[in-house]
Amino acid sequence: MSTSIKIYVPRDAAALSVGANRVATAIANEAKKRGQAVEIIRNGSRGMLWLEPLVEVETAKGRVAFGPVTPKDVASLFDANFLNTGAHPLNLGLTEEIPFFKNQERLTFARVGVIDPLSLDDYIAHGGFAGLKKAVTMTGASIVQEVADSGLRGRGGAGFPTGIKWKTVLGAEADQKYIVCNADEGDSGTFADRMLMEGDPFTLIEGMAIAGVAVGATKGFIYLRSEYPHAYQTLLEAIRTARAARWLGPAIGGSNYAFDLEVRLGAGAYICGEETSLLESLEGKRAIVRAKPPLPALKGLFGKPTIVNNVMSLATIPWIMANGAKAYADFGMGRSRGTLPIQLAGNIKQGGLIEKAFGVSLREIIDVYGGGTHSGRSFRAVQVGGPLGAYFPESLLDTPMDYEAMAAKKGLLGHGGMVVFDDTVDLAQQARFAFEFCAKESCGKCTPCRIGATRGVETMDKVIAGDTSKLALIDDLCHLMTDASLCAMGGLTPVPVMSAMTHFPDDFNRAPKRMAAE
Amino acid sequence: MSWDDAVASSIVNEYKHLAGATLPILHALQENFGYVDKRAVPLIADALNMSKAEIFGAITFYHDFRHEPAGQTVVKLCRAEACQSMGCESLVAHLKDAHGVEINATTPDGRLTVETVYCLGNCALGPAALIDGELVGRVDQDLLDAVCTGKSHDRMAG
Repeated sequence: MSTSIKIYVPRDAAALSVGANRVATAIANEAKKRGQAVEIIRNGSRGMLWLEPLVEVETAKGRVAFGPVTPKDVASLFDANFLNTGAHPLNLGLTEEIPFFKNQERLTFARVGVIDPLSLDDYIAHGGFAGLKKAVTMTGASIVQEVADSGLRGRGGAGFPTGIKWKTVLGAEADQKYIVCNADEGDSGTFADRMLMEGDPFTLIEGMAIAGVAVGATKGFIYLRSEYPHAYQTLLEAIRTARAARWLGPAIGGSNYAFDLEVRLGAGAYICGEETSLLESLEGKRAIVRAKPPLPALKGLFGKPTIVNNVMSLATIPWIMANGAKAYADFGMGRSRGTLPIQLAGNIKQGGLIEKAFGVSLREIIDVYGGGTHSGRSFRAVQVGGPLGAYFPESLLDTPMDYEAMAAKKGLLGHGGMVVFDDTVDLAQQARFAFEFCAKESCGKCTPCRIGATRGVETMDKVIAGDTSKLALIDDLCHLMTDASLCAMGGLTPVPVMSAMTHFPDDFNRAPKRMAAE
Repeated sequence: MSWDDAVASSIVNEYKHLAGATLPILHALQENFGYVDKRAVPLIADALNMSKAEIFGAITFYHDFRHEPAGQTVVKLCRAEACQSMGCESLVAHLKDAHGVEINATTPDGRLTVETVYCLGNCALGPAALIDGELVGRVDQDLLDAVCTGKSHDRMAG
């Protein structure tokens, strides 16, 4: 009997969105028809999303990639003997030699796309649970110190040092503490959390368990946005599997520590990405932002000390524990240590996930990795850091991706999403949308955000209609919202607006063409 | 299925032991009935020992919960920035111009509901949509034409 050849076809939602399931079925059918023994493994995505569905064949030299594959290509792939790396127009060579992939520094995403996401054996064979095994032999204080020494900062956007947050929870006295994972990845242009949860869910579970061991929390919640149904199913199954193998439960990994967790679905509210609003939602209430203090670290979920961390922060913890704080801190620049999973999106030829050490320039990501716009027209703007991030023109593309460097240019790094626009974009419309989005998604608690956003839409409509005298009002409103809003929703909505006005003034100065012609 | 207080009560009872049970209950009700009827308010309030105002407040706060049944086919079309950069607004215009289908509404024949959603996490393959729970990338007019006319399309299903 010949041994079966391993074929990888991603189960990542982005790959499914362009037909990965149909391709997997077509390969299985064709192999059966030809009497070829194959084993199809549904992995996560390698992150080269323009090549999805990216099919990989395991060979002695490594995995060979073919993509983008459609069901129509499958017969010709077999004809070309693709199982033995035969020549075919879709043959991309060894996956790990593709420059987009090869030039990354994959720490958090080391296993994503490589392993079967729901196979514990695969996870452990690729270094899984090494971090947790080490953590259970250490004191809480020394785990927290390790996290602090790594320089890890919150990957949700605020960039707050993770070690300090953990130290506060460790020091709090309570009968119950919680670990909450913020998986409400609502920023347009971001999908790193989704890809990790679908491609390597045990890493997140391990990271949360380590956090529990470190601060003495026995219960965790993953608050996942409802727009991610695939990630939800993957997490549910991963948690069941981990529990059955006793990596979750009363004695995790055979240690004396107890930790268990639940996934909870959000319900389409962007504001729940704000940590206090998320906690209100988890408690079953309207997701109204809380005033701070008290900090969630001291009075969080159900009033108990709570770590609220982003998926990327928690999923990086196992790597730091297994490889040491110094190894992680050796990557990066300035006060931004380690790596950032960058998500390149929008009107871009080669979009996807690029994990790089902090410090890479926006230009390198867009030109070298992205290969220019999808439409083939010229580049005009990139919005970095989600709906609350700045629109940057070509002249700012040499800015390094670093928390402080982005802030110095009045932008933000956020969750590492980049949305590229070609020259058809109208930045006055984008500024209007920033207000409109804030008006729709504001929790309504504070007046600058609730009323300011609506006034912003109305005023932008006047500007767009040709009344440029109203630009001074926009400027005023932006200052007020920045200074007086309770949270980042109202406080940062001015960032896209002001950056659009500053860098693309022509778009705000267009008297309607009809008027000019008269 | 159409709303049934007894079925709704049993769903509420199934989830009420959870800490912070409101959202899990509302999701389960919507999963079963396709929407959350206002008759759910007193049922949930009773079970969770919360006020009716709190439950009504929660239902109306979150965009996901529908107050009436949706059409047979539900399209959630992403209209956030990444999909804007790929022309999602022209798709919204196309739905109206070519098919008379309004966004955030159900067609009068009850066959199709199109809703706005802000980000499906498929931002490198936009415009994106969730069509009856299936994520689709690179959505174009051709695909929407098939959805609107009830025809099959080789980029859908499976």
